[in-house]
Amino acid sequence: MKLEFEIHGGDFVNAGSASSKVKSILKQLNINSELIKKTVISLYEAEVNVVAHADKGKITINISSSAVDIEVNDRGPGIEDIELAMKDGYSTATEEVREMGFGAGMGLSNIRRNSDFFEIDSTPGRGTKAKIRIKLS
Amino acid sequence: MKLNKLVNILNAKVLAGKDKLDREVEFAFSSDLMSDVLTLNNDKVILLTGLSNIQSIRTAEMADINQLVIVRNKKVSGDMIRLAEENKIVLLSTEKSLFRTSGLLFDKGIKALF
Repeated sequence: MKLEFEIHGGDFVNAGSASSKVKSILKQLNINSELIKKTVISLYEAEVNVVAHADKGKITINISSSAVDIEVNDRGPGIEDIELAMKDGYSTATEEVREMGFGAGMGLSNIRRNSDFFEIDSTPGRGTKAKIRIKLS
Repeated sequence: MKLNKLVNILNAKVLAGKDKLDREVEFAFSSDLMSDVLTLNNDKVILLTGLSNIQSIRTAEMADINQLVIVRNKKVSGDMIRLAEENKIVLLSTEKSLFRTSGLLFDKGIKALF
């Protein structure tokens, strides 16, 4: 099953709505609740990142019997130093993002902790691409 | 502890999930930082937070937290209440501070997570 979501930068009200839809689909597919949680937390943090940092983005989700594959493509400032961005506590989030309860430099490590594969590729000034995989079996 | 006892202790208003107050709560986590809440991995947790916006409800939804308290009488929007109802989340509001709310519940036997 393939799902696609358009994410708009700065749209904090709808951040998480893609994750919410995916959660209800995974529930209908009778996926184990621990795996659903790992998937939606990874996806939610990814969504919040696009909303917080990019102009716009697209999230593509492929659900198979063996894994959920999430691909995030955004247009935006990109990440200058990915290694630094992955460090706990490092954040370039704005005050607005922090007021929404995020931006403490925990998002990427939350994705890493909940996923079985996580890779980021970014071109500064153009955008960021992330691939996340959660194994289902 | 049943949620209806917790509602009495905090003198809380029940904004969503009025029919779900027989749920049992064992742990509480106090935080305004949603990425921190997303690291929790326990059942029967109640989230105590001063963050009153749609993301506090979304976070509870993603982290499988079925109940939360908004402290200090922060304004709760209709969208938050709707999202909580949709996800069968009990949404409470109290005028007490985060520290007082935490202390009262800890005193009555609600356990800390860390």
